Amino acid sequence: MTLNRRAFLGTATAASATLAAPMVRAQAKPRAVVIGGGAGGATAARYIAKDSKGEIDVTLIEPTRTYYTCFFSNLYLGGFRTMDSLGHSYATLAATHGINVVHDWAIGVDRDAKTVSLAGGGSVPYDRLVISPGIDFVDGAVPGWDLSTQTAMPHAYKAGTQTELLKRQIESMPEGGTYVMVAPPNPYRCPPGPYERVSMVAHYLKANNPTAKIIIADPKPKFSKQGLFEEGWQKHYGGMIERIGPDFGGENVSVNAADMTVDIDGEVVNADVVNVIPAMKAGAICDAAALTEGNWAPVSGHTMQSRLDENVHILGDACAQGDMPKSGFSANSQAKVAAMAVRGALTGSRVFPAKFSNTCWSLIDTDDGVKVGASYEATDEKIAKVDGFVSQTGEDAALRKATYEESVGWYAGITADMFS
Amino acid sequence: MMKMRSFFAALALALALPAGAFADSDGELLGDAERGADVFRKCTGCHKVGPDAPNRAGPHLNEIFGRKAGSIEGFKYSKSMQRAFGDGLVWDAETLDAYIENPRALISGTRMSFRGLKDPQDRHDVLAYLRQFTASPQNIPEAAPTANAHEVVLSPEILAIVGDAEYGEYLAAECLTCHKRSGSDDGIPSIVNWYEEDFVVAMHAYKRKVRPHPVMQMMASRLSDEEIAALAAYFAKIEQDG
Repeated sequence: MTLNRRAFLGTATAASATLAAPMVRAQAKPRAVVIGGGAGGATAARYIAKDSKGEIDVTLIEPTRTYYTCFFSNLYLGGFRTMDSLGHSYATLAATHGINVVHDWAIGVDRDAKTVSLAGGGSVPYDRLVISPGIDFVDGAVPGWDLSTQTAMPHAYKAGTQTELLKRQIESMPEGGTYVMVAPPNPYRCPPGPYERVSMVAHYLKANNPTAKIIIADPKPKFSKQGLFEEGWQKHYGGMIERIGPDFGGENVSVNAADMTVDIDGEVVNADVVNVIPAMKAGAICDAAALTEGNWAPVSGHTMQSRLDENVHILGDACAQGDMPKSGFSANSQAKVAAMAVRGALTGSRVFPAKFSNTCWSLIDTDDGVKVGASYEATDEKIAKVDGFVSQTGEDAALRKATYEESVGWYAGITADMFS
Repeated sequence: MMKMRSFFAALALALALPAGAFADSDGELLGDAERGADVFRKCTGCHKVGPDAPNRAGPHLNEIFGRKAGSIEGFKYSKSMQRAFGDGLVWDAETLDAYIENPRALISGTRMSFRGLKDPQDRHDVLAYLRQFTASPQNIPEAAPTANAHEVVLSPEILAIVGDAEYGEYLAAECLTCHKRSGSDDGIPSIVNWYEEDFVVAMHAYKRKVRPHPVMQMMASRLSDEEIAALAAYFAKIEQDG
């Protein structure tokens, strides 16, 4: 009897558990949690919420209340945009799309329990997690530089106060002073970004401090849109910009923030502004969640799912996906594929083949815009480039002006696609 | 997975259908300039041509063959035409033919409020007439081949495709990175609430590289006929916000 009784009790317990579980699930909506409110995360949250029409609970975890886009922040340095015009609020995502916006840092992920822990305490459960944290910097990448020296030598590669700091430093340069950029090795956020920045700094200096010098210490033998930038620098800023590539020691650089010097392959340069853009890696939450291999988090291009956890999708700069550059446009494009996959998994909505695209516009001088772009498809190995285009050297002024105006239109388009 | 697989099957079927997308017009001869002078009367309210022809509501049409779109100094063009100039659109037999067939299909926001010449013979004739006012026109009859490629004339089968708006909504996400749902056309043209047929024609014109913009040529080049129809169906009925 004892045996029978125990068996009966066991069965009863199991039965009540299986009965209880579906009732809970039937009452609660599936939950998607998104970490990071930039081009990848804000877009993913918006598309999951918008297209599921309330069938999925969406939580967006983002520490800042106003998001400043890194794209177009170089134009702020050049005086073409205000910082205010780069700031965006999450109010519409919350009010219009019903997204639960949590202003906190995600500091850990328990992938077995499927919860995200927050710096402010507590945790958020998920059925599907999207991580889009952007970049962090590799420790020790530039000897003499770490986060404690970022005020003396700003990176300005996450937009906001760092960008404002760099602009003030450029504006305070003495007449004929020196701006040094320590450029990053591949791969890094926004391939044309450092070179557009140099163009914008030169644009400012040409008008306000025309005898100033710009030095780029660059570990890379070549860079994005190189021919276009070098043509533009020659045309607009002849003699102001010097780039020291790896042939001349541009990869062997250390800095001293106390005396504001840069050592380039043994030659010490006294600088007034030092803009250190160190080597990059996936945002720290990816390491904390044990989703990285090396510096980046590998994903499948079909769905942007982590190769290490099918319940997690990783977007944008942080992921290792294949051929797409680390850009806001790419993150936005990847977010739409991920949003579709998340909805498909959680509500059974239709799933279509992944398509991706990217275009990066850069401004060289007033009305002198250039662009590079490509389309991509998912293969089992990676996101693979299908077709591409790039602006040509020697294009006429009207085309360059139209390209710049197009980039301004794109900025309005993508930020509406993220935040409206 | 079932959904995915059946979707692919449908795609494969669609792709396997005979192409026939574009009328084969190779060898079409230049029209009749004399008759073209009559047809041109529809245009003279806005356009002048001939010695010292001035600009009116539209620019004069001397030296139109080989002229860059939107390039007459001092003429106030639409934003769309200015963009076409920036994109490097050049008027030749092919582009003019596409434009006068359906101006808005080629230049979305053109100020030329003209429904277009639907009869190919009318277009050939009026272009034959206008050629006389260009000193050394491109693709002139004397230069072989003389064909007018009707690259944006689509077969009835293509135009009859009923777009899958739900698929279009997914595909549209890619468009909406640049084009705004609100219909704003600041820097980048509006693509919302077009007639489906105009949208389909425009996308095929990019796909066939009649329209010159490199980004759009790239985007259109990998869209199937079904996908273009799906996008047209979605954007025709999109709810504008903002």
